[in-house]
Formats: sequence, structure tokens, C-alpha cells
Amino acid sequence: MSVSIPIGPQHPALKEPTHLMVTLDGERIVDIDMRLGYNHRGIEKGAELRNYIQNIYLTERICGICNVAHTSTFCQGVEELLGLEVPKRGLFIRTLLCELNRIHSHLLWLGVAGHEVGFDTLFMYSWRDREIVMDLIELISGNRVNIAINAIGGVRRDISDDMRPQILQGISQLEARSQYYLEVASTEVTFVRRTQGVGKLPKEKAIELCAVGPYARASGVDYDARRDDPFAAYPYLDFKVITSDRCDVLGTAIVRVLEIMESCRMCRQIIEELPPGEIKAKAPRKVPPGEVVSKTEAPRGELIHYIRSNGSDRPERLKVRTPTLADIPSVLYSLRGGYIADIPIVFAAIDPCMACMDRVILLDNDSGKTKRMTTWEELREYGIRWYANKKG
Amino acid sequence: MFPEIWRHLFKKRATVLYPFERLKVPKDLRGKPVFDEKKCALKCKGACAIDCPAKAIVMEKIDEKGSRPIFLLDRCTFCGQCAESCPFGAITLSEEFELAQYDRKSLVSKQW
Repeated sequence: MSVSIPIGPQHPALKEPTHLMVTLDGERIVDIDMRLGYNHRGIEKGAELRNYIQNIYLTERICGICNVAHTSTFCQGVEELLGLEVPKRGLFIRTLLCELNRIHSHLLWLGVAGHEVGFDTLFMYSWRDREIVMDLIELISGNRVNIAINAIGGVRRDISDDMRPQILQGISQLEARSQYYLEVASTEVTFVRRTQGVGKLPKEKAIELCAVGPYARASGVDYDARRDDPFAAYPYLDFKVITSDRCDVLGTAIVRVLEIMESCRMCRQIIEELPPGEIKAKAPRKVPPGEVVSKTEAPRGELIHYIRSNGSDRPERLKVRTPTLADIPSVLYSLRGGYIADIPIVFAAIDPCMACMDRVILLDNDSGKTKRMTTWEELREYGIRWYANKKG
Repeated sequence: MFPEIWRHLFKKRATVLYPFERLKVPKDLRGKPVFDEKKCALKCKGACAIDCPAKAIVMEKIDEKGSRPIFLLDRCTFCGQCAESCPFGAITLSEEFELAQYDRKSLVSKQW
């Protein structure tokens, strides 16, 4: 006989509030359902009340760890609407910071994964090495997180020649440490026993349920927006896309550590090939009407911003689709049939960021049904009923 | 494990005894905004206040010539957009980051 228990929204195993309704048979999960909406902040609405320059800082605060990806996607979209060409040096510096951000995010993930399986030493070690990356980012941009290096038309700060030896030294240190983490992730018995064969997601299911990012690449899906739809300075860099056909959580760990090493190589190539020139093109404040879909590869996966402008200095609509939202159906599929004790690590394998992905959800208690989609007519009826109840 | 323990017995302490010792901050750290009233031309309509993403600049009217900014440091995110938007370069960000106070009114920074 099966028992339903709720996990969350407040729970010591979860980093951010989210609600899982788990149906159990003994210790095996029979069915799992998820409810979002606890971290919704109204950023898409707030973006309509601010001008484009203020919106750079607003989109940066959607997520603290992938902040460079959000500002790059937004600025890229607005530059496309303006028809502005960013100078090459600006593109290279933007890409350098995107890659440093990726190293930062993957080291953070490694620590969180270690913490979720109970391996706190790995957590302490990888977060100590994260300090090397944060010091490099502070040297280049003036702040450790929320770095605000992007502006519409390019970047705001330049890399001077006396920063180069320090950056190169930091990158070599990171390469040596990530070689050590590769050995830990693939041979350390405690880590491997907790993550091998856990949270299996076969390749066909990953494609069918639209998984993105390192989570999909660990199931063998060979897609990376940096290679297949290049943006910023990626057409000028040569790098490999890392995939693995393990299809489980250990595969995601190995893919992420190998991506740290690829990013270190890319950063070194960028520093050595940095072209001279301007870093920013002058951008007008008013954007002509139009709409644009802008896509980049954030550390967690493919990130999409949709911007519609109407000729004034404020956007008319901004819509953000973050990679965590795309990974949720896949992780719910892979949890079914597993043990309840594996929920924290399988959920952490997608690198969840609830703050990025939250949406408004509609609870319709009167009709009593659970629905996944709402049409315009149903929404209108719901509004009429709600106001009628409020007045009468 | 034992080589690791042996190495850690002889390492230097990693903690910095703040406030008696301080870490060196990098050059161009984004700290408190500093206003130079000789450069402010008074006549722009507050470009710094329009572009501030946190609404941390309030323009105060001097006389019919124009207005000057007052910085609300409890709202400031130290992004540096005011320094970029000012057409006359009257605002720069210093390296001062130790700005904590006991009450909110002392964080209103009027530098003229």
C-alpha cells in the first residue's frame, strides 16, 4: 500500500523552497510531483518599469551564480534590436568572464554534490578553490559576485597588461586542482557508490523531455549552444564539447569536472589572443520597435531571453526561460523507481536554481481538478469569479 | 591521508585577524561613491539619478540653476552606473568598503 508524504517547502535537505509530493511503497518512490512558485519575485514585471540600463542590473540579480550569463543574454538581445556591432575586444572580455563564471559555478556544484552525499571534505576543498576564481573575478571587475561587467554595446572595464600574469597563474592553479577532483570523482569509493547507477536517464528520454545543459550531456545528448549556435567570441575559440554515456549522476559529475578543465584552456586562449581596440560601442537610449530571442549557454544549460521593444527607453516585455525549468520533467522521471534517500543527490544533479526558474502558479480550489495548462478563456473566467467573490 | 595531515601541521594560519590586520583590496574595487562638486555642472536633469538601478540617488534643488545628488548608501549596490552616466565625470567610486553604521540616517551621504 502506498503512502504520500510531502517534502518541503521548508526542509533541511533542500537548499531552496520547493514542494515535492512523494508517493512511496516502502522505500521506493512510486510517483513524484512537484509544485513551484515559492521564490517568485516578479522580475519580468519589474523589467517593464525600468529603462534598459537599469534592466542590466535587474537581470543580473535573477541568479547570483550565473549572473554573467543573464546580463550577456540581455545585452546581446538589445544589441541585436539596435543593430549594434560590438568591438572584438569587448566580445573577448565578455567571453572570458562567461568562462570564469562557468568554472565558478561548476566548482560550487561539486561542493554541493559532495555535501548532499555526506562528503563534507570535498565541499570544503572545492569551495576553497572557488576563492581562486572569485579573486580573479574581483581583480578584473571590482566585485566577487554580481559583477556587472556587461553594458549595452560591450563591456565596462578593460584588462590591463599587469593583470595578465596573475590571471594566468590562477588558471594554472585551477587546472591542477581540477585534475585532482577528476581523480576524486571517478575513483573515490564513497562518492562513486552513492552516485553510480543513481538517477538514470536514458538518452531517448532526455531528448523527449527536453533536458538541457551538462545534465543532458551526461546522457549522451550532444548539444551545446556555444558550438551549435555561437555567440560572443566562441566562433574564434576551439574547444571540445564534453559528453558521457553513463546516463547517471556520476556522469554529470565527470562532465562538469571535465568542463572546468576545458574552460581553463579556453580562458588561456582568450588571454593570449586578446585583440587590441575599443571595448564598447556607443548605444542610444531609445530602442526601435521589434522583438528578439537571445540564447546563450549558461553554466546550467541553455538560457533564453525574449525581449519586445516599442520605441521608448523601456522594454515592453521581457521573458526569461532558465535551464532549470527545462530540466524539471527529466529529473522527476529519473526519480521514479529510486529510493527516497537518493532524492537530494538526484535533485542536485541538475544544479537546481529555484530563484532563476520560478513562475506564478494558479491554484484553482473551486474546480477541484489538477491541471497542467490554463487557456486564456479559463484564466479570464477565473479572474471574473475571483473579483465577484471579492466584491460580493 | 597522512601526508596531508603532516603538511597541514606546518602550514601558516589562513585566517586574517580582522580588524587588526586587513587584506589588500585590488585596485579599482567598487566602493563608496565620491562626488566632486566642482565638476558637477548642475544643469543636467539628474542623469545619475535616472540611471541608478536601486533608486539610491536623490536630486536636491539648490536654486534655479539646478540640482545636485545626495547618495542613499543603504540602497546603493555599488554598481558604478552613476559614474558612467554622468556626462561631466563628477562621480567616482572609491575603494572604501567599510561603511556600516548604527542607524540608517547616518547612511545618507551629502558630499557638498
